[in-house]
Amino acid sequence: MFGGVWLGCNPIRRTIFEKAEKATGPFVGSTSPLLWLQITPENEILLHSAKVEMGQGTFTGLAQLVAEELEVTIDKIKVIHAETKSENLDGFATGGSTSIASLWTPLREMAATMREMMRAKAAEKLGVNTSTLKLTDRVFSGGGKTMTFGQAVSGVEDWDIPDAPQLKPKSEFKIIGKGIPRVDLHDKVVGTPIFGIDASFPDMLYASVLRSRLIDAEMKNFDFTESEKMPGVVQIVQENGFIGVVARTQYEADAARKKIKFDYVTNDTWNLDKIRDNIKVGNGKKTIFQKIGDAVEDVDGDGEEMIMEFRSPIGAHAQMEPNGAVAHFRDGKVDIKISTQVPKVTRDEVAKALGIDKENVNIIPTFLGGGFGRRLHTPNAIQAAIMSRAVGKPVKSFFDRKQEFQNDTFRPPTHHIMKAKISEAGDLIGLEHQLASGDTLFNYTLVPKIINPILRADIGSIRGGSIMYDGIPHHRATYYHVDLPFATSFWRSLGLMANSFAIESFLDEIALKTEQSPIDLRLDNLSQEDPHKVRIRNVIKMCAEKAGYTDKVVNGRAMGFAASIDAGSPCAQVAEVSIVDNRIKVHKVTVAFDCGVAVNPDQVRAQVEGCICMGISAALYEKMDLRDNRLYPVNYGAYEMALMRDSPNEIDVHLIEGIDVAGPVGEPPLGPIAPAIGNAIRRLTGKRLTDLPMQLS
Amino acid sequence: MKISFKINGVQRSVDVDGDAPLLWIIRDELDLKGTKFGCGKAACGACTIHVDNMAVRSCAYPVKMTEGKVITTIEGLGGVDALHPVQQAWKEEVVPQCGYCQPGFIMATAAMLDKIPNPTDEDIDNNIINVCRCATYYRMRKAIHRAAAIQSNTNVR
Repeated sequence: MFGGVWLGCNPIRRTIFEKAEKATGPFVGSTSPLLWLQITPENEILLHSAKVEMGQGTFTGLAQLVAEELEVTIDKIKVIHAETKSENLDGFATGGSTSIASLWTPLREMAATMREMMRAKAAEKLGVNTSTLKLTDRVFSGGGKTMTFGQAVSGVEDWDIPDAPQLKPKSEFKIIGKGIPRVDLHDKVVGTPIFGIDASFPDMLYASVLRSRLIDAEMKNFDFTESEKMPGVVQIVQENGFIGVVARTQYEADAARKKIKFDYVTNDTWNLDKIRDNIKVGNGKKTIFQKIGDAVEDVDGDGEEMIMEFRSPIGAHAQMEPNGAVAHFRDGKVDIKISTQVPKVTRDEVAKALGIDKENVNIIPTFLGGGFGRRLHTPNAIQAAIMSRAVGKPVKSFFDRKQEFQNDTFRPPTHHIMKAKISEAGDLIGLEHQLASGDTLFNYTLVPKIINPILRADIGSIRGGSIMYDGIPHHRATYYHVDLPFATSFWRSLGLMANSFAIESFLDEIALKTEQSPIDLRLDNLSQEDPHKVRIRNVIKMCAEKAGYTDKVVNGRAMGFAASIDAGSPCAQVAEVSIVDNRIKVHKVTVAFDCGVAVNPDQVRAQVEGCICMGISAALYEKMDLRDNRLYPVNYGAYEMALMRDSPNEIDVHLIEGIDVAGPVGEPPLGPIAPAIGNAIRRLTGKRLTDLPMQLS
Repeated sequence: MKISFKINGVQRSVDVDGDAPLLWIIRDELDLKGTKFGCGKAACGACTIHVDNMAVRSCAYPVKMTEGKVITTIEGLGGVDALHPVQQAWKEEVVPQCGYCQPGFIMATAAMLDKIPNPTDEDIDNNIINVCRCATYYRMRKAIHRAAAIQSNTNVR
């Protein structure tokens, strides 16, 4: 009855999209100081974090927020993962660059509240007035008496939690804003066993789960005769739609699993060409997610239209620690040690699959050997729990690397059409981004199913896909939802990298066509009044100035400029690139980044550097192929990635504090790097590379 | 089969399938979990250890080849209180992010510095070919140069 276009033009929906682009949602979880902070009788401070540490430095940042209000140095705080049985649950996920940003106020309030709760108890126990007590390094003193945090909390069973006191003003920060070394630094250089794959329970067995090598296929006609006879095999578990071999060692479990015989029955035949034909602007359901003025072809007046196409491939997570879990089921309850970005989701899914109460599932999060969005999906926890229940012993079950590559929740491939209208005077008067993508967050468990038909555009896939240049009189962004025969989902920064590649590469073409500086083109089309746009202007200006941006090729090196805004944090980059032995070499990247208050500037820089090198990897090398329903390559090396030799020798990061709160950090710098490199190559070679990964022929 | 070797200064013997990868023996039989599984095909370097002072990718190294040899893992590279110069440099440059691949890189770097005490950038590019998904390469390169400096200062004294 209602055409898709009519629904797609819904202005309320577009307001939701705009909000999603600009702001971080609030923290959705417990904000009780008693769940987050534990003071031991020995006067230690334990911070039970509902956010997980996957390398992004969250543990350090959170410790700094707490330390600031507890008036201690961060070495006095031990940060650990909150187990789900503690009920300190995060209703969202560790992801989307939200952890520090969403806890910026709540966690400082919890620490300040805890401080005042302890001060009140200390005053009561010492028989002095609260206001006379001064606080120095976990000790209250006043009226000639002293009492430690540990003594103040000792024996207290019922706490009255008052309203949060006034937080310290920025001018008085001693800990926030300091580049303090990471709290997990020592453990990570001496090899302390902190990761999911290092976890164990006594008397544990090992398991290997059979996973499909083919997409859009069923496994049938199983023959376990040979597998059962393999050394060390304890039991072959078939339940809940999976088959797992439990054995005495990992080596034996993997070897026996490989001896299971079965047939594949494929539904349809899939090759990469067919995927590329599907992922095409014009296919699938259309939703306009940004609409200012007219479509480019409808813009009145003489002038010239430009049009270009861009593509990005299927990308793998390739996180170094494979997925897996260690489960111990006994007496109707299960404990699970696991690298997960969603402890609460993992808990709820396990409870549902096992048919037990959520309270009987305890997820014990470990440090993650990389997350990047891969660990928002944890069905492996269910499998380990079921196998533990079946064999009556703890079970450790991990993917091998081939299974990782063939059963990833991939970065979806994309296709983009960019259109522009240039007036006769040479002004950019119309710009349009059309995007076709596989799913990113559609069908994800944290997204209520009901929301898909309401939004119609996948907020993950369109991330970074809007035109941020508000000065262009007519600008639009349109999304085409395409179904794929394999799982695609969250990959660090979601749609940002591919969308920025299309938009920022195309802007560079417009700058060349209209013979103006790419910096001026961008600045001329950004509002000087809207504070949101002013922050984008500031990173663009700062980056161009610090890099000494020039259009000229100097000593065989060219500069490429690009900018983006993601989750409210704008970033601009200049890449200095040359071609050495027919290889693209990125020598230096200059960055201006505004994430608001940098709680730990050194770790913000580390995230920027990581985004740049991971972005170089995706921009120049990474792609999955598909032949006869088989996704490949299936290991590192064959899945080409950036290595040490690809790292720039200089990454010059300039931080701007454009807002008074801590904003998102971990993903926004992934926006500009690919187009910055492409724009430099265009200036070096005269050739526009429109497909990721960018390859010189 | 029974295999004997010295690991981190301690003589050990194990009775295992001789074709089993050394990595699993180190991690699951000897409970030294600092050495990591990454790929199982010697493609990523997360499992790098030293066998007779040579860097070896233990996930594809049959345990039977270690008979009578001297093995060092990340746990034995420095000591409880004494960090190896590479570990020290890694801390000073605050290299690790997720940290999973770092023991492999540290072991590979220590082995390289034994042969090339003052590596050039090109030496580093050619010899340190492990995979870090957090892509901490930029700081690693600085840490490797710093480790070389720490090591040469120590040697002079």
